[in-house]
Amino acid sequence: MALVQQSSPHAHRARPTSRVMLWVILAALPGLLAQTLFFGWGNLINVVWCIALALASEAAILKLRNKPVAFFLKDNTAAVTGLLLGLSLPQFAPWWVSGVAVITAIIVAKQLYGGLGSNPFNPAMVGYALVLVSFPVAMTTNWAQAATLWGGAPGFGETLTTIFSASQTAVDGWTMATPLDEYKHKIATHTAAEVLQHPTFGDQVARGWEWVNLAFLAGGILLIGLKIISWHIPVAFLAAMAIMSLAFGNNVDQYAPLQLHLLAGGTMLGAFFIATDPVSAATSHQGKLIYGAGIGILIYLIRTWGNYPDAVAFSVLLMNFAVPFIDHYTPPRTYGHHKARRGLPGRNGG
Amino acid sequence: MTQLWDFSGGVHPPENKQQSTRRPIRMAGIPDRLILPLQQHIGEPAEVIVNIGDRVLKGQKIADVKAGMGVPVHASTSGMVEAIEHRAVPHPSGMSDWCVVIKPDGEDQWCERKPVSDYRKLDREQVLGMIRDAGIAGMGGAGFPTDIKLRPPRDRKVETLILNGAECEPYITADDMTMREHASEVVAGLKIMAWILRPSRCVIGIEDNKPEAILAMRDAVQGTQIEIAVIPTKYPSGGEKQLIQILTGLEVPSGGIPADIGVMCQNVGTAMAVSRAIFEATPLISRVVTITGEAVRDAGTFEVLIGTPVSELLTAAGLETGKLDRLVLGGPMMGYTLTTDTIPVVKTANCVIAATSEELPAPPPEQPCIRCSQCAEACPMELLPQQLFWYAKAAEFEKAEHLNLFDCIECGACSYVCPSSIPLVQYYRYAKGEIRQQRAEQLKSDRARERFEARQARLEREQQEKEARRKERAKAAAEAQAKKQAEAEEAAAQGEAVDDRAAKAALVQQALERKKAKASTKAESAPEQPLTDTREQPDIESLEKQLMQAEAKLSTMQGMLEEAKAQQADNVDKLERAVAKNHDRVERARQALTEARQQSTPETETPSPE
Repeated sequence: MALVQQSSPHAHRARPTSRVMLWVILAALPGLLAQTLFFGWGNLINVVWCIALALASEAAILKLRNKPVAFFLKDNTAAVTGLLLGLSLPQFAPWWVSGVAVITAIIVAKQLYGGLGSNPFNPAMVGYALVLVSFPVAMTTNWAQAATLWGGAPGFGETLTTIFSASQTAVDGWTMATPLDEYKHKIATHTAAEVLQHPTFGDQVARGWEWVNLAFLAGGILLIGLKIISWHIPVAFLAAMAIMSLAFGNNVDQYAPLQLHLLAGGTMLGAFFIATDPVSAATSHQGKLIYGAGIGILIYLIRTWGNYPDAVAFSVLLMNFAVPFIDHYTPPRTYGHHKARRGLPGRNGG
Repeated sequence: MTQLWDFSGGVHPPENKQQSTRRPIRMAGIPDRLILPLQQHIGEPAEVIVNIGDRVLKGQKIADVKAGMGVPVHASTSGMVEAIEHRAVPHPSGMSDWCVVIKPDGEDQWCERKPVSDYRKLDREQVLGMIRDAGIAGMGGAGFPTDIKLRPPRDRKVETLILNGAECEPYITADDMTMREHASEVVAGLKIMAWILRPSRCVIGIEDNKPEAILAMRDAVQGTQIEIAVIPTKYPSGGEKQLIQILTGLEVPSGGIPADIGVMCQNVGTAMAVSRAIFEATPLISRVVTITGEAVRDAGTFEVLIGTPVSELLTAAGLETGKLDRLVLGGPMMGYTLTTDTIPVVKTANCVIAATSEELPAPPPEQPCIRCSQCAEACPMELLPQQLFWYAKAAEFEKAEHLNLFDCIECGACSYVCPSSIPLVQYYRYAKGEIRQQRAEQLKSDRARERFEARQARLEREQQEKEARRKERAKAAAEAQAKKQAEAEEAAAQGEAVDDRAAKAALVQQALERKKAKASTKAESAPEQPLTDTREQPDIESLEKQLMQAEAKLSTMQGMLEEAKAQQADNVDKLERAVAKNHDRVERARQALTEARQQSTPETETPSPE
């Protein structure tokens, strides 16, 4: 009788990384649906293109690194990176802009650092930041105007050819400044009431954007409910942003109002899907609170006083830098100990 | 309603308890052979007090611990001691250890017993002695001798006595069934322990997934002050530290024992064993064991004689050999796999899982850690499992220790939830083992250094004492010393004055001259006499004489040197040189003599000095 010899525990919960990532993808679908309904086919095409390219570049680099390709492709992490880029890039971003973003994300930000689990920076955000600073025009003029699929959005074929064609002549008629961009640049010379006349704001907070953000919020709550992400990062992120807005920007004739910060731009996608990337985030509860709050504060600072209308990528990357430091100083207090052992051995609290 | 606290972390693995609670506890019966390991407890192994061939009675002590911590081992039934030898024993390493093998005679004949009806009339020490003599060691898993546990340090008063009926680990139902069927015995045992410890609070913690046990225990504690605390089902609520936190809100200090915060935990099975030891004078010769898993048709709980091989139990539960993939002793979270089914049931064995490969499948290949912190969410000790994993993997043990590696209770919750199926607990065991070994080596080298330093200090001290003695003597016997020194110097000077080469040449020269002279006179006076015999004689004689003189001088010098050395005189060096030279001289003289003797035999007249 050959009995299996194995070290305890013998039971394992059946929720591998691949399934965790699959849940992330599923939870993002309501947001993608909202994007498609309110802004047309652009995001969906981007998502498919980015995921395909992400898988292809992941496979290529894994082959180059002599790693088992199928084993790592099956973990779905490259697909998530592609998905996040597809969701966050402008709807009419030309194919090569998203291509550069995806290839940078997978090859440079993820695999050159050692692959899954070893990247200090959020790969999708590295790709995004790179194309944002390299191709600022393509990244700011290609946002679709809020036009529902049933009322005004360009058709699937037109969108596809626009994204994949060399010249983007048709695109001007379908694009519009984003609400955050519009508010930021007009408020200096106009009153809030005047600024909000612009069609990009619509009847509620920000036409289309509000639904997209609410859909991502719903997906995020699903992830928290499934315990795939913890509440700490998104709550600290949104709370810090709200506190900043209320404390420093409570004058709508000068600064964008809180509801615009929360429901426009990439806020909810950033809070629940991007900042919560476990590899590049802080680990302890306290650390996650600091990390999330840091991102919320930085986004507010850059949106309000910086050059960019949105700032999820830069804020996440800046806080990624701080993660090792945060982790060192925020370990939990272990059972039976008076206080947490912070820092390194032989120093504080040793 | 008892106030409850929560502990952080924890997991909810599938319970898999219903399979083995459908039928009442069955008697496993007397096996063909009983294998009784001598060490079933923490501490010193028991020493055998029977011989091969002896007939032993049921309940008879067959091994005992004379000095140090430990409890005796008893024969679980009557029979003949067949062997005392190494057999495979329950241990994660699959090792063998000394066991007494008994061939039961089927009569199940008891030894003489003296039950106690009212233990309150006895001295507490007497009762503790009875518990020890009954061989009772913690039956929850660790096997710590119960009588020692019931004697907390003098300065620690146990205020809360907890009976651990949580049985949080999946599959295991031994305590559940014990409480259902033997509630009154369990409570009686608890009362005995409470009488010994005199706590102000006595509470039985049971997870809410055992409603029958809760009912039975509630009945049994009617009219007493014992509380029944129904706690939420969450693994590892039955961990000693976690149960204490749930029931008292207190934490056992790191590196401390529960008595440090006035708490003690005892196991349900232990309580029943204590009750039987006092009221029935029955030592710990049987226990309740769960036999479960998908490879047995008829899972259940059995009252098993200690020493019964696992194979007998598997047969009793209807093992389907073809399906068996893995045999786990204990639960699926903390139990260990058995290498063979010949291993006997011991006092700490509560469950055997005969698992199929679908039931407890081999874990998928390890993937990279994605830092998801699910492990930290699950950790009941609030550790950072993923950081501990990095440091263990990178052999940065100092950092792992800094993050409280040694507070890990190896409950397996982190490995259970890990989406990358990293065997985290194995990494921690490895790191702990490495650190323990490093510590042992450090201790060893520290001791070696201490010994060396002590020796150096001793030598230095002796040297100083010698110096002091010498000075004293030199002062006291200054004249004698001076005189001796003068003599010694004179002798040394003499010794030195003679150049050995010249001396040798002179010796040879002398010998030659004498020889020539003698030869000429002899040739003149007695030419008829044979030359060979006579002419060499005086030469060799003189050489011998010289040799003797040189030897005598050498021995004198050596004597002086010894004396000088003993007195730490200043002229030791000089004398040593002189002795060496004299020694050379003696050697040369001896050589010359030998040469002279050799040359006397051949016909040649002229001896060559070289």
